[in-house]
Amino acid sequence: MLEARNVRLWYGDFNALKGVSMKIQPRSITAIIGPSGCGKSTMLRCFNRMNDLVEGCRVEGEVLFEGRNIYDHYDLTELRKRVGMVFQRPNPFPLSVQENVGYGPRIHGLASGDGLRAAVKKALQATQLWNDVGDRLTAPALSLSAEQQQRLCISRLLAVAPDILLMDEPCSALDPMATQNIEELMLELKRDYTIVIVTHNMQQAARVSDFTGFMLLGELVEFGETQTIFTAPTDKRTEEYITGRYG
Amino acid sequence: MRIPPKVVHYSVLTFLWAVTLGTVGTLCVIIGWVLVKGLPAITPGFLFSAPEGAGREGGIFPVIVGTLWVILGAVLIATPLGVGTSIFLVEYTRENWVTRVIRFGADCLAGIPSIIFGLFGYVFFVVALGFRWSILSGALTLALMSLPTIIRTSEVALRAVPPQYREVSYALGATRWQMVLRVVIPGSLPGIVTGIVLAMGRSMSETAAVIFTAGTVLPDSVPTSPGDSVRTLAVHFYLLAVEGLSEKNAFGTAAILVLSILVINVGAYTLMHRFLARYR
Repeated sequence: MLEARNVRLWYGDFNALKGVSMKIQPRSITAIIGPSGCGKSTMLRCFNRMNDLVEGCRVEGEVLFEGRNIYDHYDLTELRKRVGMVFQRPNPFPLSVQENVGYGPRIHGLASGDGLRAAVKKALQATQLWNDVGDRLTAPALSLSAEQQQRLCISRLLAVAPDILLMDEPCSALDPMATQNIEELMLELKRDYTIVIVTHNMQQAARVSDFTGFMLLGELVEFGETQTIFTAPTDKRTEEYITGRYG
Repeated sequence: MRIPPKVVHYSVLTFLWAVTLGTVGTLCVIIGWVLVKGLPAITPGFLFSAPEGAGREGGIFPVIVGTLWVILGAVLIATPLGVGTSIFLVEYTRENWVTRVIRFGADCLAGIPSIIFGLFGYVFFVVALGFRWSILSGALTLALMSLPTIIRTSEVALRAVPPQYREVSYALGATRWQMVLRVVIPGSLPGIVTGIVLAMGRSMSETAAVIFTAGTVLPDSVPTSPGDSVRTLAVHFYLLAVEGLSEKNAFGTAAILVLSILVINVGAYTLMHRFLARYR
């Protein structure tokens, strides 16, 4: 349903992606791992074209979403509504809990009034945040804990009913307990959504993902089932990385 | 020989206290002096009646109303233009020679003496466009004068909105305008309002630019149309003082001017906080 074909990307003169191809399977978690600066976040941001916001960024190759190349006259609003993103640092708007979750449905005209309240509730329930904040929806989102804020950001994303969730190191600002909770949430969400996660935490990739891609210096070194990558990698560099001898 | 750090610390502290007290003290003395000399003149009769004998007697009601019209007009014209320009500069363009020219132009405007604005307003609005000495001409001229202040303060405020809010807004599929309207403007409102209030204060106390465009004729009744000529509070004070007509009424007018600016500041910030309470 989502496929990168020979994606090459430049920031100015710097060649950040050197021909990456990968196929994302529906209703699964795909992890992209690799050392800092290998291009894993850049690759993730090709899937919803967030790299377009970077000045001097140029992309070649194709990214197919449901068979259509998103780099060829694709409506960005529609693309980002269906391919959502969770960021490294929890980034709720400085608004109330309710207004954060309602932001997407409101800008897309999906719901209002009672419908909006129901959508907010559903999205908060999906991330198990409803029990914590259901009685204080008008509280400032920034008053929540870091984990709650990240859950809120995921709820805000789910409220626009995307098909694909892109997660850019979603746990790197969280403590180990919160990380574990978010990982459990990801496994829950996998039933309804297709997830691509970028992480520099190899254990996390091993714990949650079904497929793993290992990137190095802008290239996808190896891609396959997580179990295979972690137990019997075919490339020597992958083996060195996952055994901790690299990066 | 090394001065002990503690001595340096206390010297610096004393110096900073002294300059702060000096600044605030001077301000208090000026405002206090105006109020002490002006407040006795302020009576209901002074506030709500028309002037007589060129301002020697009577009140300043038409002057107050005329000032309000001119300031209100200037703000209504300058705010959309100024805030719109800053939104364009910050959100809709990348840095290039065009933005630099616009910014340079705004900075130049800020440095032009107000009497030049007055002269331009006179030549362009009063004569060429045939608006004559009127509320409209005065408001347009003051609006032009306010533009640089509003543009530059709004620009700083817009840039202070953290970039991750824009990023996540895009990532949720928002259009640029939705992002500006729902995220950037609420986040930068305090700064934008500050710029507008500053501009209002300066327009309120402006004389040179208004004399040339809104007129100096002392109206004997309240202005009713944008085409009416008015005399603003600042101009009234200036003329009363310079022609030695009535020191008492001059200071009464000055006190009203100072108090109005105070009221505008407090009012604007109260409104803003009420608005922001919905967002925070």
